Amino acid sequence: MKLRILLAAALFAAAATTQAATLKWGAQNDILTLDPHSQNHATTNGIMQHTYEGLVRYTKDFAVEPCLATSWQLISPTHYRFTLRKGVKFQDGTPFTADDVVFSYNRILQPQGTMQIYVAGVKEMRKVDDHTVDMILAGPSPILLRNLVDFRIMSRAWSAKNKSENVQNYVAKEESFASRNANGTGPYLIKLWEPDKRLVMQANPNWWGKLDGNVTEVIYTPIKADATRIAALLSGDVDIVTDLPTQDVQRLRNDPKLKVLDGHEVRTIFIGLDQFSDELKYSSVKGKNPFKDIRVRKALNVSVDREAIKRVTMRGLSIPAAIMIAPGVHGHAPDIDKVSPADGEGARKLLAEAGYPNGFEFGLDCPNNRYVNDEEICQALVGMWARIGLKAKLNAQPMATFIQKIQKFDHDAYMLGWGVATFDGLYTLQSLVRTKTTGADGSFNLGRISDAKLDALIDALKTETDVKKRDGILREALVATRDNYYYVPLHHQLRPWAMKRNVTTVHKADDRPESRFARVD
Amino acid sequence: MAAAVAGWLRRAWGHDLAWSFRRSPVTILAAFLTLVCVGSALFAPWVAPHNPFDSATLNLSDGFTPPAWTDKGSPKYLLGTDDQGRDVLSTIMYGARISLGVGLAAVLFSATLGVSLGLLSGYLGGRLDAFIMRVADIQLSFPAILIALLIDGMTRIALPREVHNEIAIYVLVLAIGVSGWVQYARTVRGSTLVEKNKEYVQAARVIGRHPLAIMLRHVLPNVTGPVLVIATIHIATAIITEATLSFLGVGVPPTQPSLGTLVRIGNDFLISGEWWITVFPGMALVVLVLSVNLLGDWLRDALNPKLR
Repeated sequence: MKLRILLAAALFAAAATTQAATLKWGAQNDILTLDPHSQNHATTNGIMQHTYEGLVRYTKDFAVEPCLATSWQLISPTHYRFTLRKGVKFQDGTPFTADDVVFSYNRILQPQGTMQIYVAGVKEMRKVDDHTVDMILAGPSPILLRNLVDFRIMSRAWSAKNKSENVQNYVAKEESFASRNANGTGPYLIKLWEPDKRLVMQANPNWWGKLDGNVTEVIYTPIKADATRIAALLSGDVDIVTDLPTQDVQRLRNDPKLKVLDGHEVRTIFIGLDQFSDELKYSSVKGKNPFKDIRVRKALNVSVDREAIKRVTMRGLSIPAAIMIAPGVHGHAPDIDKVSPADGEGARKLLAEAGYPNGFEFGLDCPNNRYVNDEEICQALVGMWARIGLKAKLNAQPMATFIQKIQKFDHDAYMLGWGVATFDGLYTLQSLVRTKTTGADGSFNLGRISDAKLDALIDALKTETDVKKRDGILREALVATRDNYYYVPLHHQLRPWAMKRNVTTVHKADDRPESRFARVD
Repeated sequence: MAAAVAGWLRRAWGHDLAWSFRRSPVTILAAFLTLVCVGSALFAPWVAPHNPFDSATLNLSDGFTPPAWTDKGSPKYLLGTDDQGRDVLSTIMYGARISLGVGLAAVLFSATLGVSLGLLSGYLGGRLDAFIMRVADIQLSFPAILIALLIDGMTRIALPREVHNEIAIYVLVLAIGVSGWVQYARTVRGSTLVEKNKEYVQAARVIGRHPLAIMLRHVLPNVTGPVLVIATIHIATAIITEATLSFLGVGVPPTQPSLGTLVRIGNDFLISGEWWITVFPGMALVVLVLSVNLLGDWLRDALNPKLR
């Protein structure tokens, strides 16, 4: 009898501390795919981290900690040895071994994917035994471990069984078993994905780790319309909302039932320009490409009133940008990220000098459901450029069609935002500025910028291990990118999240809520 | 000449319609409001205080200015500005232009289609009649908005995006037009069935006039009364359908916003307190549709001999 009471009491205590909870999460976009090696897309990566794991992962404050690898040692500056976690099983039950790591390495390198950046600098991956792998680097890499966080491991056996050894070719609208089903080692299982409707995740009972919070089920609902998303939070249909519309943040702060978690995001919004084609595709200028002229690029830059965009369009929720990386990213320094006030007169003069006193027409491609107020910002830019005689023809489309269009280089100018998963400036420079080759170099250099001097600096960044020297090169590369006006940086986003009072979670600067840190009481 | 005009005016003033118009203050008010709406839409480029589509004149710093009579308002913008600093009053005038244009064109298209099919159906009868009327029955079992959505959706799939944006307005006219022809066809068919057995039609047939000529010259003028009434009320419906489609985001592109598009865009700012961006276009839509509807009601009653 006594025992029974004790047992009941123990059970009750256990239930009270680990009461299972459902977290209903509303956000703007749906994921693009479940294939972890296909699309380097922040929303997709944010869901992927729940189910697929890498060798290492971030802690709450972005330190690197062991995940599928329990430890690693540097045998030589270009030779890492990783010891893998034992007893880990994929969600279909197959055991996790070194073969899966080598398989995933070869898979992520396939050219139809856009995730090669996460293994950039790795020359070779070798299996030593079932639970040890060797990583041979092309040169010393100071940021290797941060890179590896988003290199997610798939099961070789599962991929072979389901004919998914090849990465889904997203641009060609291909589907595969792996793009519709997930099988990772991570804390959550993907139970259901109905594209553009909802995605349901359940805690993985066989996970090797332990949840910090008590969330055992996550229901992710993409709600495109801003007003609807906020209404869903106000009416209690969802517990947490990311991608807050800027105009509603103040009202949410004033609501006693809700709380707003502030935080900046390591994402910079910018305009890219085609500097490769001999003639722009949608322009009134024929026979030459005006964006190849630095004076035109400078005019585009100095005519943008970033303070007005911050005050009116972003309602204060942005940091005007002069360089391509945000505060919080290694390499950012306030003194090189100073924005000068808009100068329409100067811009006009520059255009006249370049031979376009009456301006010209060009196409501007924009997503309309990806970044905070993306379409509104583009509309504001159209107005600002119109005042110096440049007529931008705005084509705002949903992210899914937009990204396919610009990846085919079918654009004159385009808006994009670049978040930095590794928290190091090299990530941005290598993806956006380095001359495009196959692989990670220039993977999103969609304006096809090619500057031999910058390429040399960026390549030096990959291998330089002397921190002080490397910081100097990083600064030089960022300033050179700025002063050549290769891009038109607009601002760094601030990304508050809003949630019910009973939800606790950790704001993350990569704007990816991690459900394992969340509690619902 | 002057005497002729004066005489015509006197006769018009004394006409039954004018008499019933003078007797109904509601109708006079409705006619006045319709005139204001149509006038400001028609002459928007000249009377609107700003041109909201000239991006070079927009100033982002003026964005979200509340209406002039509120604390932070500016006399420059009577009804305030939207998120891009566009004058709301001007966007309403330009928007009404699109709304009215689409509405009228759709009604014209609908009426032409419906009247032709109704005439053919009623006059020729037989299998053609049965076929047209069954098609009409089937279409009546769907709400008009659904038909319009269907047509719009099909053209969106069939055409590349850029092409579709170019011709979006024509597609909309087609979609709303096709969704509304049934009423015309049914009414005209009914009247035609009555008229075709009357002596004057028989006579025309006996002297060997071509059936098409009989339909157009003899039957048509005698069935236009009801068509006019339906058309007036249909204008209001068409404007509402257009607004609904645009509100749902499948109507006219945001580069040429109609009243419905304006309401949709403004809707995003409703929760945050910038009510004027959506409320004023909404009010304009209500006033326009209500007055056109009242006019249509009056016309129906005035032309109905049983109510005299």
